[in-house]
Amino acid sequence: MRRFAASVVGKLLIFFAQFITAARAEWRGIEPVRRQRIYYANHTSNADLPLIWTVLPAALRRDTRAVAAADYWLKNKLRAFVGRDVFRAVLIDRRPEHRTDDPIAKIVEALDEGSSIIIFPEGGRNRSEDPLMPFKAGLYNIATQRPEIDLVPCWIDNISHIMPSGEVIPVPLACTVVFGSAIHVEDGEPKDKFLTRASDALLQLIPQRGHA
Amino acid sequence: MEMTQTNSDLLLLFAACCGLLILATLVGEVLRARLPKTHDELAVETYLTRLHSWWGMVFLFSIALLLGPVGIIVLFAFCSLAALREFLTLTTKTNADHWSLIASFYVILPLQYVLIWWGEVGLFSTLIPVYAFLLLPILSVLRGGKGSNKNFLARISETQWGLMICVFCASYIPALVTLDIPGYGSRTPLLIAYLVFVIQMGDLMEYFAGRRIGKTKVAPAVSPKTREGILCGAALAAGLGFLLTWMTPFSPLASIAMALMAYLVGVGGSLVLAAIKSDRGIENWGHLIPGQGGFVDQLDSVVFAAPIFFHVTRFYYGA
Repeated sequence: MRRFAASVVGKLLIFFAQFITAARAEWRGIEPVRRQRIYYANHTSNADLPLIWTVLPAALRRDTRAVAAADYWLKNKLRAFVGRDVFRAVLIDRRPEHRTDDPIAKIVEALDEGSSIIIFPEGGRNRSEDPLMPFKAGLYNIATQRPEIDLVPCWIDNISHIMPSGEVIPVPLACTVVFGSAIHVEDGEPKDKFLTRASDALLQLIPQRGHA
Repeated sequence: MEMTQTNSDLLLLFAACCGLLILATLVGEVLRARLPKTHDELAVETYLTRLHSWWGMVFLFSIALLLGPVGIIVLFAFCSLAALREFLTLTTKTNADHWSLIASFYVILPLQYVLIWWGEVGLFSTLIPVYAFLLLPILSVLRGGKGSNKNFLARISETQWGLMICVFCASYIPALVTLDIPGYGSRTPLLIAYLVFVIQMGDLMEYFAGRRIGKTKVAPAVSPKTREGILCGAALAAGLGFLLTWMTPFSPLASIAMALMAYLVGVGGSLVLAAIKSDRGIENWGHLIPGQGGFVDQLDSVVFAAPIFFHVTRFYYGA
């Protein structure tokens, strides 16, 4: 029953996102094939996760889980249902003092079960003027523990205009999610160097639009 | 009695479109059968995808026409929504424009089509050029916030331009059904079919003739359109105008002039939109119509021609 409800809500969310944004994927660096991956994306709005979810082909979506903040998704019953059952999120507490288990271990466990994951390595929504905030160490820690898995940068374009943070009503602008080429952490690569490289790979995907 | 006349005219037109498409499909199948010899997979593939989209458009359009004014108005309201989304995706904007963008999509667009349905020319021809033009920038300036003065003129102008093209001009296509022309009765939906058909056929002719005999580009920086191609397109549009006089309240000569005018304004329109595309570094406005790009790509010339076609018709033939 719960799974059925989750699948219906998932379908509705996809329909709604498609209707508002005509969201589509641009597979620039990888093919949309079933293969274990860590998708990492820029994060400016609460609509980011539903959008990546929407543009993934159904076969890939079934194997993909999101890494999301427990303090946000467990706030009420509805959010908990959407987070746990629809997105099957790996819920991580961002506040170290509330943690009962190691977040990286939880994510690696999900990977070992064969799931692909979606992660927002900035660690929260970007409210600055810059396109990306500095990445947190999490991406590096996951990558060094499972270095064989492809890390795929995903640039979510235009979402900051569709739903600027703090706004409730989305503007129906077109949204594109650009998937770049996979990267891997190199042997003995220091943390900061890797995080800069990962961040640059993501920034490279930003569509160029004349002067605008 | 009059309604039956309109419907039988529409059926005739529908049959003619289907005939043309069947012919085009046969040509496509022959081209596909000859692929092992010609090795032109990409061109044939593009052609067939476009043809599929054309079938879809003819059917949607016919259903809307048969449903009468409401069907047509609703169909174009959705086209406007898709077009405005494509356009405003590429314009300059900041968070301070959120309210005016929301108002554009959820208030002005639906209201414009309600006013069209109501048929009050004084209202639907002023809502966007007067009311939205003056009120939306006020929303943007009041919304304020950090950096809200940056590119202010560019932001409000580009939003207004999007509304003018994608909502105001586009809504003049269904507005044609509201025209009150003595002696023409309820046959006004035929004017839409006439306008779209003449322009699209002229465009097709211009495309093929331009590829064969085109030499002098008219706007080399933005578009491959040539003077020779446009002349051929204009000749075909004028000829169709003459042949389709029965659909209109015009005399044969006036119909030629109207078709020519609509076609030439339309060509100008697609050049203008091509200039915007090339400035923004994109090839198509969107991706929703397979093989054709976006709604703005598909509608560009008709959208430009519609308001002028409407007002000229109303001035000379209106009650």
